[in-house]
Amino acid sequence: MTSDQIRQVILDILGRIAPDEDLTDLDDARPFREQMELDSMDFLDIVMELRKMYRIQIPEEDYSNLNTMGGTVEYLLPRLKDVPVGA
Amino acid sequence: MAVRYDTVIIGAGMSGLSAGVRLAYYEKNVCILERHTTIGGLNSFYRLRKRNYDVGLHAVTNYAEPGTKQGPLSKLLRQLRMKWEDFDLRPQLQSSIVFPGATLHFTNQFNYFVEQIASAFPQQIDGFRRLVTRIAEHDALDLERQSVSARQVVSEYIRDPLLVDMLFCPLMFYGSATPRDMDFSQFVIMFKSIFHEGFGRPFDGIRLILKRLVKHFKSLGGHLKLRAGVQEIRQSNGRATSVLLDDGTEIEADNILSSAGVAETMRMIDPNSPPVKAEPGDISFVESISVLDCEPAQLGHHDTIVFYSDSKDFHYERPDVPVDLRSGIICSPNNFDYSQPLEDGRIRITALADPHYWMNLPEDQYVAAKQHWNDEIIRCATQHIPDFRSHVIDTDVFTPRTIRRFTGHLNGCVYGAPQKFVNGQTQLDNLFLCGTDQGFLGIVGAMLSGITIANRYLLK
Repeated sequence: MTSDQIRQVILDILGRIAPDEDLTDLDDARPFREQMELDSMDFLDIVMELRKMYRIQIPEEDYSNLNTMGGTVEYLLPRLKDVPVGA
Repeated sequence: MAVRYDTVIIGAGMSGLSAGVRLAYYEKNVCILERHTTIGGLNSFYRLRKRNYDVGLHAVTNYAEPGTKQGPLSKLLRQLRMKWEDFDLRPQLQSSIVFPGATLHFTNQFNYFVEQIASAFPQQIDGFRRLVTRIAEHDALDLERQSVSARQVVSEYIRDPLLVDMLFCPLMFYGSATPRDMDFSQFVIMFKSIFHEGFGRPFDGIRLILKRLVKHFKSLGGHLKLRAGVQEIRQSNGRATSVLLDDGTEIEADNILSSAGVAETMRMIDPNSPPVKAEPGDISFVESISVLDCEPAQLGHHDTIVFYSDSKDFHYERPDVPVDLRSGIICSPNNFDYSQPLEDGRIRITALADPHYWMNLPEDQYVAAKQHWNDEIIRCATQHIPDFRSHVIDTDVFTPRTIRRFTGHLNGCVYGAPQKFVNGQTQLDNLFLCGTDQGFLGIVGAMLSGITIANRYLLK
């Protein structure tokens, strides 16, 4: 997957976790939590959705990489670059 | 060889079903076992003489407008991946707390309640506002919290005992497993869910939510077995290994999540000497349900729910008479903001009852006792609402005995054991508790209980 494709995967996950949020103007550099109502329960769901979709295990010490869209894409790119979209 | 699951859930009530949805969504192999012939547990439904009835539900608390991003209901829907339409909650019209010499009305707009208190208790309003701040700052969902007396905290802010009892009345009626007082965190959860957020109800009653939960659970691959009571939880070396059903079937599981109640679950581990001595609760109710030939509004009754006490001191405890007629809850499921009227008029009146009396009553006296106390409950309640007795076309009554049949709770207790097990753990490494005895109450609370425990221990 490319960076753009990973970004879209994360947007789809956020859309499922928080269907009442408008994500069109999401700023990739700012923390998700500043831009939407996302508590720790929801945050864990991002991790679990990724595990469900791509069998990728994200250790707890890496969670801080997932605070922003930019950070998430950067973190996932090497881990998902050989994985096809919709795997 | 026995069937094996990642997780077996005991009880298909709100908490068990919600936990099941979370586990099935994340591809866990999960089975929910329910002893009764239908789903729902305490919040169930039935059909009698061609009419639909709800068992527990008067109203769903924690109301929020569809699309709200914050609060328990929104959190719940997100976690379940369900839509606002799935619950179809319509807001209440107005409810009241009626005590001798004072009445407070409330709606789903909290400011209205504050104004009501300011006008009825002008001396207390500053204290009340400070209490509201204290409530807002309290983290009631901290699973490692210590228990503190709510009456003690509230009395630091409000000096008029009448107002204190009027505040406690709806909160205790709708969620206290302990008599007279509650834990402050429970008070905070109930205060927010009832006064801040308020009441709603699906047009079709609780069956709508339950059926959608089950459909969702099954579509995610979850298994549900009715008429599958758990006789025994088998263990070895500090771990639960399997459950034995009433019919002798054995089902193995890596984890077991029980919503059956603490005392009830401990008896499944060892019926003769339960490993943890947990006292079952004994707060239970009798409910009188009248079907009317008209809408209650046509008789001049517009309130959704009336909480009343004929005594200035509110007595929330197991009465030493079959039914405590001094106080009660009058609910009209018609008085929500629907787009069309319900099929028929309903008045439900609920009052505290002595479970021991109702459990021990010989079968041949049971029907007559239900009739007698139904008439007494209605006689007392009609001092607070228009007399509807000439409009009654059908009646049903449920008692602690009925509640035991639906829930398996030992005394037919409604809000579970007085002592809560908030972190959901037991002495067995892989046996967890959710539901009323875990401690999040109300319908939304029960669902969040299942979700919270599933997230914390069963999705790792």
